[in-house]
Order: sequence, then C-alpha cells, then structure tokens
Amino acid sequence: MTPAAPGFELVQRESGAVLVLRGDWVVAAPPPSLEEVLLALRDAAPVHLALDCAALGQWDSVLLATLRGCRAWCGEAGAAFDPGNTPAPALRLLALSDAVVPHRRAAEPRAAALRRLLAGEPLRAAFAGFLSACAFVGELLIALSRLLTGRARMRMVDLLWFVQQAGPRALGIVTLISVLVGMILAYLGSVQLQQLGAQVYVADLVALGMVREMAPLMTAVIMAGRTGAAYAAQLGTMQTREEIDAIETLGISPMEFLVLPRMLALVLVMPMLCVYSDVLGMLGGAPVAMAMDVTWGQYLAGAQEAVTLTHIATGVAKSIAFGVLIGAAGCRAGLLCGRSSEAVGQATTTAVVRAIVWLVVADAAFNIVYQRLGI
Amino acid sequence: MDAPREHIRVSGLEMRYGSRVIQSGLDFAVMRGDIFVIMGGSGCGKSTLLKHMIGLYEPASGEVLYNGTSYQRCDGEARAAMRQRWGITYQSGGLFSAMTLAENVALPLTQYTSLDPRSVRELVAYKLALVGLAGFEEYYPSEISGGMQKRAGLARAIALDPEILFFDEPSAGLDPVSSRLLDELILQMREALGVTVVIVTHELASIFAIASNSVYLDAETRTMLDTGDPRELLLSSPHAAVRRFLGRGAAPGVSS
Ligand SMILES: Nc1ncnc2c1ncn2[C@@H]1O[C@H](COP(=O)(O)OP(=O)(O)O)[C@@H](O)[C@H]1O
Ligand SMILES: [Mg+2]
Repeated sequence: MTPAAPGFELVQRESGAVLVLRGDWVVAAPPPSLEEVLLALRDAAPVHLALDCAALGQWDSVLLATLRGCRAWCGEAGAAFDPGNTPAPALRLLALSDAVVPHRRAAEPRAAALRRLLAGEPLRAAFAGFLSACAFVGELLIALSRLLTGRARMRMVDLLWFVQQAGPRALGIVTLISVLVGMILAYLGSVQLQQLGAQVYVADLVALGMVREMAPLMTAVIMAGRTGAAYAAQLGTMQTREEIDAIETLGISPMEFLVLPRMLALVLVMPMLCVYSDVLGMLGGAPVAMAMDVTWGQYLAGAQEAVTLTHIATGVAKSIAFGVLIGAAGCRAGLLCGRSSEAVGQATTTAVVRAIVWLVVADAAFNIVYQRLGI
Repeated sequence: MDAPREHIRVSGLEMRYGSRVIQSGLDFAVMRGDIFVIMGGSGCGKSTLLKHMIGLYEPASGEVLYNGTSYQRCDGEARAAMRQRWGITYQSGGLFSAMTLAENVALPLTQYTSLDPRSVRELVAYKLALVGLAGFEEYYPSEISGGMQKRAGLARAIALDPEILFFDEPSAGLDPVSSRLLDELILQMREALGVTVVIVTHELASIFAIASNSVYLDAETRTMLDTGDPRELLLSSPHAAVRRFLGRGAAPGVSS
C-alpha cells in the first residue's frame, strides 16, 4: 500500500467553510504545515468551520496537532468549530488533551535591560554575591570553631579519603610539572648567567625560584584544576540530586559535613605537595646546570646556601593560603549550583576560574607583604 | 491490519551483570496491542529485563525479536530504525535538565522528522496537554515536581507516536489520582493508536486495571514463573508465589 499524498482544501459549502483533509496525515511524510492551513483560514475568514475527513487515510498526532491549531484559531477568531466526521479515536485523543486546564505561568515583569542597568541591578547582584561570600566565610569559621571544640559532625573517614584523593593521587602530575618547571627555570637562568660567566648561580636561581614562587603557584594551579573542580562537581551533583537538602533536613550542617573535610584535606596536603615540588624542581634543574659545566657538588652547595628555612616558610605559607582559596572556590561553587546538568558544568568552570584568579591575586599580595617585611 | 499478532518475543534470554546471573530462561511473547506488565519483587531484575528489551544491554544468551526480527542480530542502522518506533520513559524521568519541557519533547521531532517549526510547536503543546502538562512548555525539569517530570518524560516518549511504549515504574512518585489518570491515558493510547505497552510495575491496582498480559519474575529461582493475563494467573497459576503476589492487592487480608 503506497501512502496517499496528504493535502487539504478549504471549500465553501452552503453550511459554511469546510476543511477537506485528504491522504495520510502522518509524521513520517509531513503533511502541509499548520502554518499553511492557518493561512488559508485567515484568508477565508469563515464564521463556521467544519471538517471533512472522508478522504483521510492513516493519521497520527500530526493530524491532532493540526486539529488543535484550527480549533484554537477558531476560538480566537470567534468562529464555530465543527469536527464533522473526524475519526472518533482522534476526537477521543483530542478530548483527552483537554482534560486538564492549561497552566498559566505568572508573567515575570520584563523590565528593559537598560532600565535594570540604571536601577543598579548588576551592582546589587555583585553586592549580594559579596555578602554571600562573606556568609560562606563566616559559616566556615563557625564550622571550624565547632570542629576545634569537638562538636562538628565531620567524619574522619571523609577527611582521610579526601587527603588520599588530593595528596598521593596527585603526586604523578605534581612530579611531572615540578621537574619540568625546574628545568625551564634552569634553562632561562643559565643562558643569561653564562654570558656573565656566572652559571654557578643557576642553583640559587632555581632553588629560590621554586621555593618562593613556582612550587606554591604551580601546585595550586594543578590542584585548582584537579581537586577544586572535583569538589564543585561533587557538591553540584549532590545539589541536583537533593542530597544536600537531605543533609540539611537531617539537621547536619553541609558546612561541617561536606565542606570542612574537603577544605581541611587541601590545607593539609598543599604544604606537603609544595615542599615535594620544591625538591623535585631543584632536581629537575640539576641536569641542565650540569650541561653548563656546573658540577653536582657545586649545584647542591649553591642550592643549600641559597635556601634558608625562611624561604621555605614563605612558600609554604602561600600554599596553605592557596589551599583555602581553592577549597573555598570549589565548595562554594558546588553549594550554589543550580539543579541541572548544565549548572554542574557551570559550577565546575566557576570554581576553576575563580580559584586561579584568586591565586594570582593572593600571590601578588603575598609578594608585596614579603617585600615590605624584607624576607 | 495484517501485521503479525505477535509483536515482541523474548526467547531464551539470560541476563547477567558480570558473572552474576540475574535471570535466565526467559521465554514469553507480547502481542500487538497488549498492555504487558513485567512484575515481581524488588530487585528481581525487572528494570534489567526492560533494559535488555530496549537494547541498552546485550544479553548473555538468547534474543529479543520484534515482529519476528531479532534485535540482537541486526546491524546498527536496522537497530536505530527499530528504536525510532519505541517510546521509552525512565524510572526518574530522564529529561534533559538543560532544556525546557517543550525543547525536550520537540527533540525527537526535530531529529527524526521534517516537520515545520509551527507544527512542531503545536504537536509539543498537544503532547504536553495529553499528559496533563498544558502550559508548562517553558518550564525546566528542575522547576516541576517529580510526578510532573515523569509525565513530561512520557510526553517525550510519545512524541513520535511509537508502536511500543516502555515504562519503568511509571506510577512511582505519582499521587493515586495522577496514577489513575496515567492508567487511563495508557488505555486510551492503546485504543486510539494501537500501541503495544510494556510496563514494569508492582502497583497491583495498576496491574489489574490495565494489564492484558504479564510475566512474573522470581528473585529466588532467578527465572520467570508464569506468563499470562494477571486476572487468570491470580486464580489459576500453578505457582503459589505468583498467586500470593497478585493476591496481596485483590483481596487484602485474605492472602496467607
Ligand atoms: N548496573 C548494575 N550492575 C550490577 N548489578 C546490578 C546493576 N543494576 C542492577 N543490579 C542488580 O541486579 C538486580 C536486579 O536489579 P533491577 O533490575 O534494578 O531490579 P528491579 O526488579 O527492582 O527493577 C539487583 O539485585 C541489583 O542489585
Ligand atoms: Mg527497577
């Protein structure tokens, strides 16, 4: 059986306008578009519209959509609608879709974008964001104080789990990046120092560069992408699945239960990763220095002399602060996540971008303070 | 219609997760126009069976035939053509959360048909109205209740006027009234469009209200115990477990 080509015709009979439907009205072989039908109706502007389905073949929902469209048009134009000899099952299905009164969404006041701008809405939003960030810090401090007084509902296993995830599991990438950064520093420095015949000092340069600047910053950037993003995705997904609501209604603070172990894990792990990165960066610089005729002994002695405990402490202090920033950026983005999969993606992006911006700003601030203090 | 009466046949199906056998020796047929219920206790493998039937999982052995053609022996293209004739609703809705309800329902229409946008819009409005969600076109799934999400999932499943509708626990999370409305809707869809319906459910009210055929999966023996009209099974199944399961709803308090 070949499908009969669908079509329609609007004819005038003595009873009024009649919409004659012909052929198979199925989705697979699209019949004339609803737009065309409505256009014909608009042209004829009948006061009474009847349907004639005598020549109608097979049909599916697309017929029903057309009927609904015509009926709605008639309703708006004040014309009478007579389904005529429309197949009974189609009418039943049509009636089924009328069983529920259409829901009307409360119209949102659509203030013009400019008016909103003039009313200071972006400014207000930024201020609200700032307030909520302050609230986050406050809640975090409260959670921390409860932890210190032993009243926080944080599970030790969670903390250990996150330490394991953030620490040992990150060693591979931290190793790779640190060694390479050490080598890059050594190359950069040795080319310049060689011109002065001072390539012995390449050890000082690599050691100080790693310990004070590169190790804390690079580990932080790695952790922002690795762990901060993971925190945002975890909490964001929990938000979409109403897990965070459940935790709250169980009377448990998400701050203590979810945020605290994550933040603490980062704060514990970051300084260790930083020191690890210090050592590997210096090792990475060594082969480069040796290629410039610096002996291993000279390199080691130079590094030892250059780096004091104070230097190491400045780097470690930075990395602790960075840990707090990354954890806060990740957890806050996750907790504020909307309830869709897209929102989880946005939360993750926000977490990483914010963390990196904060890191660089904080690093600059640290350096200014260190410089003023003369350390 | 001269289409074969037997619509789906499950033949010698064995399902496993890894080496763990969930069910084996499944043999039953779903007739055209049946409302077929997969029933059984929690965790017996109902959802797993449904996922095997819709080709999400490969069976350990056995096959599922549609109109006499084995889904497992088809190539990718033939499988895709078969899938287009199915509508599937998932246990938790399965709506795309980044799209509005209208976009969700319109997706299969714009993917698989060449309908014009105006007709798509009207069709979407009709499908949403059919499941009682008229006027909710511009809502996102996260803005409506769980029961409404299920109905929206159903609207998407019926977007292409499928030949077979698969439901996993459609009434879980619905209030009794909406649940009855859904039963009513399923009956009407079958009558008007001749769809075959395969439903996983353990809601007895639903089973007796709509099922014309069923299969009972047993968790202990890991196989099907019986298949047939649940009303007849209740009276005359040789398996006590089946009668007990069905009897809980038909005569509360009487079952032993
Ligand atoms: N993805 C999976 N991997 C391993 N086992 C599973 C998986 N999904 C379900 N199972 C197990 O298979 C059995 C059947 O599950 P399911 O089909 O979901 O049961 P139900 O009948 O309640 O729908 C259960 O014991 C469950 O634990
Ligand atoms: Mg299930």
